[in-house]
Amino acid sequence: MSATAICIQESPLDPARAIYSTVLPAGEPWLHEVKQGQTLRIVDLDGNQAADVIFYNRHDTDEHYSATDTILQQGGLYLTTGSVLASNEGRPMLTIVADTCGRHDTIGGACAAESNMVRYALNKKFMHSCRDNYLLAIQHSDSGLTKADLVPNVNFFMNVPVTADGDLKFDDGVSGPGKYVELRAEMDLWVLVSNCPQLNNPCNAYNPTPVQFLIWDTAGQ
Amino acid sequence: MTALLPALPAATLLWEETVPGGCHWSWTLPRGVTLRLTARGDGANLSLVLYNARQPLERYNMPDSLKSQHTAHYTRGHVLMSDMGRAMASITADSLGWHDPLGLLLDAGRLHDKYGEHAYQQHRNGMYRAGKDGLLIEIGKYGLTRRDLVAPVNFFSKVRVDGEGRFLFEAGHARAGHAVDLRLDMDVIVAVSAAPHPLDPRPDYAPAAVGISAWRSGPAAADDYCRTFRAEGGRALQLTDLYYPF
Repeated sequence: MSATAICIQESPLDPARAIYSTVLPAGEPWLHEVKQGQTLRIVDLDGNQAADVIFYNRHDTDEHYSATDTILQQGGLYLTTGSVLASNEGRPMLTIVADTCGRHDTIGGACAAESNMVRYALNKKFMHSCRDNYLLAIQHSDSGLTKADLVPNVNFFMNVPVTADGDLKFDDGVSGPGKYVELRAEMDLWVLVSNCPQLNNPCNAYNPTPVQFLIWDTAGQ
Repeated sequence: MTALLPALPAATLLWEETVPGGCHWSWTLPRGVTLRLTARGDGANLSLVLYNARQPLERYNMPDSLKSQHTAHYTRGHVLMSDMGRAMASITADSLGWHDPLGLLLDAGRLHDKYGEHAYQQHRNGMYRAGKDGLLIEIGKYGLTRRDLVAPVNFFSKVRVDGEGRFLFEAGHARAGHAVDLRLDMDVIVAVSAAPHPLDPRPDYAPAAVGISAWRSGPAAADDYCRTFRAEGGRALQLTDLYYPF
């Protein structure tokens, strides 16, 4: 079992040596391959943005990131430096090797038109959502992914604490401008991202902002 | 909280059975049936998943249900929602006050590490069963595969989370006789496993049996408690009503 308490760790990697870098505006999807041994950094450029991410085995997408296997294996709810993201086969998919934010959510899920109707009001259903992003990205891909694969995701930079009484809170983020999380891929992966467009929730100050993705090769380190 | 729920009127009862500790089963059941789940022994656990029987691509969604209702535990009034924003089932009565929605499941590796090898060859039907495999067998009966297995509700178990996120399993939470009523708000495939909760600290594999009584409750009435307990649950029930216009 690894710790689940906030653990801050800076990265030695030099952005100038990254083999890939892109800035994803708010409300956009991103589906990208990351190979075993490569390191993926996600940067919360302006602070308090949620990056909703699901990982899949690149060679067998029935094997996906599993929130429940991950939190069971580490004995706690939040992701931080040292957390190993496990698959539904119980295998390590990625390890968080650096984290200047220190806490990421595992059970808040991704917003959807339908859940917005339930959470806020029935007339919210035509607002853009993370699950629309997911579906759009996979419909335009040759990944073979379908809605059945849209399992509970990681909300990087999002703070969703559970209270002692068993309530769920959406707290102001522990993130801030420029904070990042870095993950080493333990297998070849598909990385499916929605840069969250939620406008009904104060956790991003009603202002979704861009996030950046950088990838380093094993050799580049 | 009372220790027990009032007995069901015999006229409403459709069928009853007992799932032995560790075992698994599934049913296809219509909207308006309520399942009374009863712990037959101390420390029972029942992992339960739901799929829309008409279109199983719609299934129980842990994050949507929890964040909508701002909860990390289930009790009377809470609604189990699908990924399509609809109420699939609602908790209409509960003698216990806390059921674990965090979705943790005992898999074969953890089962063997914790309790040792206890296979069919030596132990016949006394073999040890993992909750994850039990649910995979059940959903497989409907063509659903490992990609489709969702995070279950663990009825009768209680897991708290401390300030740093660590899980604290409350041993001795459910006693024999504790019961919960789960009303089915849509036509569903229900799959269950009565294998131990993966955080149960007891060293011996001795899962309790769980009684299942199906009874005719009818769909949620206009003044149903679950419609007003939280506005979000009310809207999810309203969306299910729209799905069943007749």
